[in-house]
Amino acid sequence: MAESILEVTGLVKHYPLTQGILFKKQVGAVKAVDGVDFTLNKGETLGIVGESGCGKSTVAKMLVNLERPTEGSIKFKGEDISRMSGRALKAARRNIQMVFQDPYTSLNPRMTVGDIIGEPYEIHPEVAPKGDRRKRVQDLLDVVGLNPEYINRYPHQFSGGQRQRIGIARGLALRPEVIVADEPVSALDVSVQAQVINLLDRLQDEFDLSYIFIAHDLSIVRHISDRVGVMYLGRIVEIGKDEEIYDHPTHPYTQALLSAVPVPDPDARDHRERIILAGDVPSPTNIPSGCRFRTRCWKAQERCSLEVPLLAVPAEFRLASGPAAHDSACHFAEEKQVVPQEETPEATPDDLDQGAE
Amino acid sequence: MLLEVRDLHVEFRTRDGVAKAVNGVNYSVDEGETLAVLGESGSGKSVTAQAVMGILDTPPGKITGGEILFRGKDLLKFKEDERRKVRGAEMAMIFQDALSSLNPVLSVGDQLGEMFIVHRGMSRKDARTKAVELMDRVRIPGAAQRVRDYPHQFSGGMRQRIMIAMALALEPALIIADEPTTALDVTVQAQVMDLLAELQRELHMGLILITHDLGVVADVADKIAVMYAGRIVESAPVHDIYKAPAHPYTRGLLDSIPRLDQKGQELYAIKGLPPNLMHIPPGCAFNPRCPMAQDVCRTDEPELYEVDQHRGSACHFWRECLNG
Repeated sequence: MAESILEVTGLVKHYPLTQGILFKKQVGAVKAVDGVDFTLNKGETLGIVGESGCGKSTVAKMLVNLERPTEGSIKFKGEDISRMSGRALKAARRNIQMVFQDPYTSLNPRMTVGDIIGEPYEIHPEVAPKGDRRKRVQDLLDVVGLNPEYINRYPHQFSGGQRQRIGIARGLALRPEVIVADEPVSALDVSVQAQVINLLDRLQDEFDLSYIFIAHDLSIVRHISDRVGVMYLGRIVEIGKDEEIYDHPTHPYTQALLSAVPVPDPDARDHRERIILAGDVPSPTNIPSGCRFRTRCWKAQERCSLEVPLLAVPAEFRLASGPAAHDSACHFAEEKQVVPQEETPEATPDDLDQGAE
Repeated sequence: MLLEVRDLHVEFRTRDGVAKAVNGVNYSVDEGETLAVLGESGSGKSVTAQAVMGILDTPPGKITGGEILFRGKDLLKFKEDERRKVRGAEMAMIFQDALSSLNPVLSVGDQLGEMFIVHRGMSRKDARTKAVELMDRVRIPGAAQRVRDYPHQFSGGMRQRIMIAMALALEPALIIADEPTTALDVTVQAQVMDLLAELQRELHMGLILITHDLGVVADVADKIAVMYAGRIVESAPVHDIYKAPAHPYTRGLLDSIPRLDQKGQELYAIKGLPPNLMHIPPGCAFNPRCPMAQDVCRTDEPELYEVDQHRGSACHFWRECLNG
């Protein structure tokens, strides 16, 4: 498991803001991603969560080389793919494929399903010889749970969930080793979401895939991920194994985020502690000094505005070996359980009696 | 009873045929009560709400049967000008997407003030004062300065607050919120839902919350109506439904959501897809996807059986479902 397949160091993406028409002058920058480090191990799923505008989709785009990073490196099996061009880039791209969020706009409405899924073979003909392609596409349709006879249909003849399956089949066509899925189920209905998540789970085992799974839904990310990174304003603020993040969070932002998720259990509503954050996320053109979360943090002190907290195991947990000892970028990291733990089965009959009154 | 919908039927007549969007919906809300209408896209939850508000697009939509009783009077028998007096003043709606529901070329102060000018005959100046008060009430910081701002100058959460302010302006007795927080991030969603619940308590309004999010429902609702293919398949007080659902569709929904507090193995997935509303299957509309379906489900449409005094389930086998 420990063999890393993707290594991201110091990833930065700034979009310049310019003023003037004739003499363009840079007046600032949208700091979409501002120093992100993580590694993805082989066969593992790394979930990335965060609110809109935190830079998670920009990270995804850089991983598949749709955007060039301003700084930093993305190493796939030890080779930096972010500086490649030409033939080397084309070869590298084969190994990292993407599944997009919106199955309604990410499929060309004028192409048949067969053409959509087979298109990657036009660009990488070495993967499948021409005569073999139709058969391969049909196999892929079968793998994602669609009828192989649908090969000549158009995207509009499918439902949202089926379209997302087509998007996944296209992502699998070149037999990549890494799949970057950017909000793959957020456009789908609840009953269909579960089907697609199960499919992704099954394909991971079948094709030995490693996933970067980006989503804003914390419950789904927990379900599918081995490790989870929490992003805020272009940086990862906390990263660790799923139980470290969900059951033993130490960063106040993670705690607030988790406590805000509605839990599908009406009994929990009265005895649940919720941390309601004040205000909105600051603009990425004007990031607060020091810790970027300090403007909304209830623990913020003077030190937070002066010193940027590093993403490392906080000093107070460094000697302990428990689940709280994971990377967290906070000067005042403190363990706090915010997700209500599942009740013990013995407690249930009593609850039922109370509920019946 | 504040609002009672009885046996409502709505159709959409399109080029390709007639889509039966709502097929006999019954529900009711009292003052101070929160009813959550839960359903997936195409279940008819929003169309029912539009019919109640009287903002259904007709044509292609057409109300083909039923009654909508507001304080005992059937709104469907009202003339359009009578209906207008009810809409906004007595019942108001909060939409999902605040950016496209607000007018981009009018300042938010003008849009909020318009309510008072049209319905209450106030002067512009008084209306502006009222608008600032409202913005204060939904906790928009610096209301007096921001009243001149345009919708695009606000963040998503702030825009949704303005929508809430607009709905509350004339202190209606009933608010219908159609997916009010779906477009928002979780931390902002929590702020907005808290605000809505607090204002509802304060003003003792009835609230119909339309959503697909089982988590949000568990947080705020008193009772739930689950919709599928234009019908209510289960209605129950909120605690009952989460403990022991009496309809296989509700059970499937509850089982198919990943949980924050546990890492499950494979998720339960309801097989198949929601039906095409032009070809709703005979018998129980859910039968092709139901793990419990028998022959009778393919031929006889189940009525909403009484499970207990407060609870109904449109399943022939609700007893079996209830017992797991």
